[in-house]
Amino acid sequence: MATQMTETFRMDERSVGLVETKSATLFEPPNELELENGMRFGPISVAYETYGQLTPEKDNAIFICHALTGDAHAAGWHSPESEKPGWWDDFVGPGKGLDTRKYFVICANVLGGCHGTTGPSSINPKTNKPYCLSFPFITVSDIVKVHSELVRHLGIERLLSITGGSIGGMQVLEWDARFPDQIHSAMCMASAAKLSAQGIAFNAVGRRAILKDPNFNDGDFYDNEHGPRSGLALARMVAHITYLSEDSLEKKFGRRLQHSEKLGFDLLRETEFQIESYLHYQGKRFVERFDANSYLYLTKAMDYFDLTNTYGSLEQAFSCGAARYLVTSYTSDWLFPTVQSRELVSELIRSGRHVTFLEFNSPYGHDSFLMEEEINNLERLVHPFLDQLYFVIRGETN
Amino acid sequence: MMKHLGGLMRLKQYCIPDPRAENIDEILLDEIEAGSRVIDLGCGDGRLLHKLREEHECFVQGVELDMEEVLIAMHRGVPVLRADLDNGLQGIPDDSFDFAVLSQTLQQVRHTKELLTDMLRVAKKALVVVPNFAHWRVRFQLAFYGRAPVTEELPYQWYDSPNLHVMSMIDFQELVKRLNLRVIKELPIIRDRAVDHAWAANWRAVSVLYVLERASEVSHQ
Repeated sequence: MATQMTETFRMDERSVGLVETKSATLFEPPNELELENGMRFGPISVAYETYGQLTPEKDNAIFICHALTGDAHAAGWHSPESEKPGWWDDFVGPGKGLDTRKYFVICANVLGGCHGTTGPSSINPKTNKPYCLSFPFITVSDIVKVHSELVRHLGIERLLSITGGSIGGMQVLEWDARFPDQIHSAMCMASAAKLSAQGIAFNAVGRRAILKDPNFNDGDFYDNEHGPRSGLALARMVAHITYLSEDSLEKKFGRRLQHSEKLGFDLLRETEFQIESYLHYQGKRFVERFDANSYLYLTKAMDYFDLTNTYGSLEQAFSCGAARYLVTSYTSDWLFPTVQSRELVSELIRSGRHVTFLEFNSPYGHDSFLMEEEINNLERLVHPFLDQLYFVIRGETN
Repeated sequence: MMKHLGGLMRLKQYCIPDPRAENIDEILLDEIEAGSRVIDLGCGDGRLLHKLREEHECFVQGVELDMEEVLIAMHRGVPVLRADLDNGLQGIPDDSFDFAVLSQTLQQVRHTKELLTDMLRVAKKALVVVPNFAHWRVRFQLAFYGRAPVTEELPYQWYDSPNLHVMSMIDFQELVKRLNLRVIKELPIIRDRAVDHAWAANWRAVSVLYVLERASEVSHQ
């Protein structure tokens, strides 16, 4: 979720190289998607990317569920002129955590998003105008149903694994509960069976900032050059704080000033401290790439996610599946604290599931699963987890 | 400095010091019925659990602190929770296993009583292998040389031993009684073999396997 600084194009042997986003159209009428709120919705365009080669047996596919503001572009470069590679490029590629020499990796933009998959900024074919707030209310479950259909559309019966962090981890859990026969394993990072009250609180502040922006115009702002930019930037600034930790902020910025050595005693100077300047920069970059309506829809989907509520109990949610689990959390993550991962693990054990759990000692907060500094630790764990499972599966099918 | 030493201690803490670990595994395997649910506390590289899963169709779960060991266990396909036994077994639901195994580790944990009780919270039976510090070699070294004993089974100098607690068979039996647990089986391990009803066991046993259960459960039967 933290925006990386600009990198230069690299085509080393550990990069998947140049990639492009593909698109599939699913749920065309009369086979619309049945949403959790009872409505039917379709058609749905899904933007996705793939890396590596699918085996003739189609048994080496891994699906990445991206986090709140991610997209289908998980790895590689769109062009040599791109400012940076895909959002999980440190983890996906030849010899990396998800090793594209062995595995076929898929990542798709979520339903309700704004990077190619149908969302509130997409054109409604019935009106030829953007959906805006007429886009239906969606949930994590709806997002997963679309992913699941995409996998079928790609001709893959069963995924070797699904993975994701944060709301991506929620999709992983939902997938296991809803389509247990479609996966052999699940890797759930820095996530939880439900969003905490604190998490809902921060999302509420973010939504409020957007809704109260004078340019919001009830979500109908696409022909306005500005739109609720300041509201969306403010939402991002608040959220960004929750992705980091007190410790990492202290180390990275401390009380250092941005432009001068001395305090300016200027009330309205907004970027005086380095941390202020950093947050402003994050907000500004974010509005260039994200849609305010998508932000409303997706944070709400995150707030609504509650596996216990949907399935009666966690034990019931986990009782149908047999996929192996890898659950990881980070010591400094206060948005999805370890105690929530432990709760998941407890219930997985109670349900007789194959579960490995590790808490990593990391100073980087919730975003640790995306940080280059932490990727090596994750990679060391994911390699034996996937390799041993793949070995077993190949043994079974041969 | 203290932190560094702590780290080093930790690395060694839950490794099985006994080079005859495989023999002990065999002795443990004999006590576990096929198809059982087994949790191994301090499972190391997952050797025992791997065998239980592959050859005895058990549902297994390992607990291990050392990262390198965790990774080896994962290479074997053994599920592991990375955790410090000194923090207890919180998060492991009641009665979720048939057997909880603790092999050559009890003497190294901080909260002995709590861990034993907790094992029988999560499992019906506890299999505990403890070293016998009343073995004649140990007694001999202390009595005749006046030195803290260093033997093949207890290979540590007093200043770098991971063993926090020193106990004999008699001591362990007393603790078990005090915790209101019942000994179903006591198998002294003498020359790599489990010997039922051994004579002078508290002199001869290098270590001992205890099979324990909650005493309260006995009254129901």
